[in-house]
Amino acid sequence: MTNEALRILISSWFPNPEFETKSEPVEVAEGAASKAIINPNLLEFTEEGSQFLNVLVKPENLHEFMNKLKTNSDTCFDYLFCLTGVDWGAELGIVYHLESTQHRHNIVVKVKTEDRENPTFDSVCDIWRTAEFHEREVFDFFGITFNNHPNLKRLFLTPEWDGFPLRKDYVDEINMVIK
Amino acid sequence: MQESATLNNSFKSEEYFINMGPQHPATHGVLRLLLTIDGEIIKKVEPDLGYIHRSIEKMCERDSYQQIVHLTDRMDYLSSHINNEAVCLTVENALELEIPDRVKVIRTIIGELTRIASHCLWWGVMGMDVGALTTYFYGFRDREMINDIFEETCGARLTMNYNVPGGLMWDIHPNFIKRVKDFVAHFKTKIPEYNKLLTGNIIFQKRTKGVGVLSKEDAISFGVSGPVARGSGYSCDVRKYHPYSALDKVTFNEVLEADGDTFARYNVRIRELWESLSIIEQLIDNIPDGEHRVKTNAVIKLPKGEFYQKVETARGELGVYIISTGTKNPYRMKFRSPGFSNLSALNHMAVGGKIGDLVATMATLDLVIPDIDR
Amino acid sequence: MPLSITKSIQEMLLSMMSESAAYYAAMVVVALLYLGIFAIAGLFLVLLERRIAAWFQLRIGPNRVGFQGLLQTMADALKLVSKELTGTDRADKFLYNLAPYFVIISALMALGLIPFTKEFQAFDINIGIFFLIAISSIGVIGILLGGWASNNKFALIGAMRSGVQTISYELSVGLSLLTMILLTGSLQLSEIVEVQKGGWLIVQGHIPAIIAFMIYMIAGTAETNRAPFDMVEAESELGAGFHTEYSGMKFAYFFLAEFINMFLIAAIATTVFFGAWLSPFGITESIPWLGVFWFLAKTLLLVFLMMWFRWTFPRLRVDQLLTLEWKYLLPINLVNIVVMAFIVWQNLIIQI
Repeated sequence: MTNEALRILISSWFPNPEFETKSEPVEVAEGAASKAIINPNLLEFTEEGSQFLNVLVKPENLHEFMNKLKTNSDTCFDYLFCLTGVDWGAELGIVYHLESTQHRHNIVVKVKTEDRENPTFDSVCDIWRTAEFHEREVFDFFGITFNNHPNLKRLFLTPEWDGFPLRKDYVDEINMVIK
Repeated sequence: MQESATLNNSFKSEEYFINMGPQHPATHGVLRLLLTIDGEIIKKVEPDLGYIHRSIEKMCERDSYQQIVHLTDRMDYLSSHINNEAVCLTVENALELEIPDRVKVIRTIIGELTRIASHCLWWGVMGMDVGALTTYFYGFRDREMINDIFEETCGARLTMNYNVPGGLMWDIHPNFIKRVKDFVAHFKTKIPEYNKLLTGNIIFQKRTKGVGVLSKEDAISFGVSGPVARGSGYSCDVRKYHPYSALDKVTFNEVLEADGDTFARYNVRIRELWESLSIIEQLIDNIPDGEHRVKTNAVIKLPKGEFYQKVETARGELGVYIISTGTKNPYRMKFRSPGFSNLSALNHMAVGGKIGDLVATMATLDLVIPDIDR
Repeated sequence: MPLSITKSIQEMLLSMMSESAAYYAAMVVVALLYLGIFAIAGLFLVLLERRIAAWFQLRIGPNRVGFQGLLQTMADALKLVSKELTGTDRADKFLYNLAPYFVIISALMALGLIPFTKEFQAFDINIGIFFLIAISSIGVIGILLGGWASNNKFALIGAMRSGVQTISYELSVGLSLLTMILLTGSLQLSEIVEVQKGGWLIVQGHIPAIIAFMIYMIAGTAETNRAPFDMVEAESELGAGFHTEYSGMKFAYFFLAEFINMFLIAAIATTVFFGAWLSPFGITESIPWLGVFWFLAKTLLLVFLMMWFRWTFPRLRVDQLLTLEWKYLLPINLVNIVVMAFIVWQNLIIQI
């Protein structure tokens, strides 16, 4: 599926109530039933100049959205090939790179939070098991915690390590040489 | 009644922990595994990483793009050329540079030679892990020939740094083509020798067949890639699906095995040697003339945006993810290393087996610890 | 009546001192002689193994110390002697220190029985084979003690594997030798050799003897804990197995014992299957001292066979090891004894 087709399909999952579309897909009705009304602000397509389709999701909607990307037969994103923690300065977030092994299309899902003290997202390791390690890595370097993660502890660094090294505001006068 | 109860109590088996690594012959470096064991049977494998973590991703944030290339061959040092290539491709794609065909072909040839060298080493170590020490020297004999070729062309044997953004650091050595051809001819007689020494051995087959099984669904879910995934029948060769450099000009088969056990993964790598040889043969006579490098600015500044490039290293899919803000350094650089994801499946594969099975399974994962730790 | 080496030394000493003093002095002299010979033999076996390994592995091997590296292992031994003896905390010190001696003593004790020539045999006991099997099982106690007392889990796993392995494979060693005893009718080694003057036992007993020999070599390799049965050390799994925590000379004892045990297994096979010091077709019967040459030639050939195993085969897994013994070797062995008994009963043996 091309990026454009994906974009149309995914947009259709989150119908904007202001512009109610006539052809509402069936699976949306099922998925949305539990979550009363879907907020149109939950989803946003962003332009990053990359070859992939970029989607920005609100944290509270993350797990449901990811689950849908995996289980929907049209998207079928069953391969999470990259999970990156990013410090955007004001916000902390995660970038998920997904690929479908059936359709061979890709998507990039992003999630951000402005809470730098205690950033928390839902874990996706029940959807893709590889996320378990990658989320531990992100926790280790960015201090982002994940709900429902089975074994969230430091992976690379020692448990008593102070701070989260890959954050932009991390200071280590001794070990870091900044030119 | 009472007596038999005490008797049962005194003979109660107990799980215990054993600390495999960071200094252990089978972990190939400084990987530490916390094993929970009941007798010889493994109940849980918990990797503890970070013993060789150098924070390459953080270092990248302060380095220029030319410098970053040099850091990457310290990750997966056995596929150093392919790592370099990944970064260079990302930068070139971001700059929309037109790379000469000569560079593409040479990169692909050296990339495949690197893959063969890596698989040779893996084969030697695989034999050693299951107890056949002799394989190591056979693997190294052939690997040395490749390293000699590399040394002649780019001056280094392991961490080559032959790629720069925009092309290659130097042109190939005049002897290069002849020596590669010699090597291909030599190595074609040696792969059957590998099979004679190890593959056909009944003990080896008993040790590996049905051991450490990873199903296709699990392989995808664990994000496993490379020969490990292809041993589970999961078609994932980046060279096929996202061809880079000159790989779209050659024909080769993606090696797939359905069983998903240790022997299948072993076979995938052995058969990949033939495919790599075939790729080299197709290209070695057709290296186009031209520049070995296109001019780039001394200070490379990537446009604002995000760039992702994946390549197939000897261990699997290496992803390079650059978030650029338009400065001379990346804002965030992430390496999706194949070993890290492959390692995450180890617990799933090893539980229920013996210690010997764990070692055999780990050998076919072909872990390079600096690649996992970065 | 041929004179054994003990007796000739005793008679030589008798001219110098009283009878009982000469008796004890002879024992000490013979013991020291054997100790010396086999310390050196052990070291050269190590060198041999290293050179053979190198040959298999496209290398040269040690060739710098002395002519063709002949003094290399001597230098290694000197280094080991001078090394610090380390140990672990909370190890059972007494057992930990005792273990290497169990292993080396059991290996050396068995050597006294080996008939190098008609004369060169220190101890010709009438239950020779039985004694050898009994003695060789003591070694495993040393390994178990060493692994258990050194307070290391890798060592413990190695020791437990060793216990399992040795107890299992001793059955096969014993039964395959028993098969041959049916032919000789005696456990005494000198008589076993005597019987073979009418053809080596492997020829006399033809098919069942060859089967017994193959089982013996497999089980013997397993009993010396060498590859492909080196579960006990299994360096890619257990680091160094039971001797992980040993250093210096204590480690060297374990190491030497392994080689002497290998020599022993080959020597017993030579004695029981290949006519010990007898020359092929009696070609050098008139020169008795050449027996040493024939004995060593045959033994070293078998030692080479065991080294060949080691540098070619991968290692078995621990459960496969037991499957091999209890499901294959043991039943084959039992059937083989019956076949051999039938052959002896019907007198179907091949005599030259």
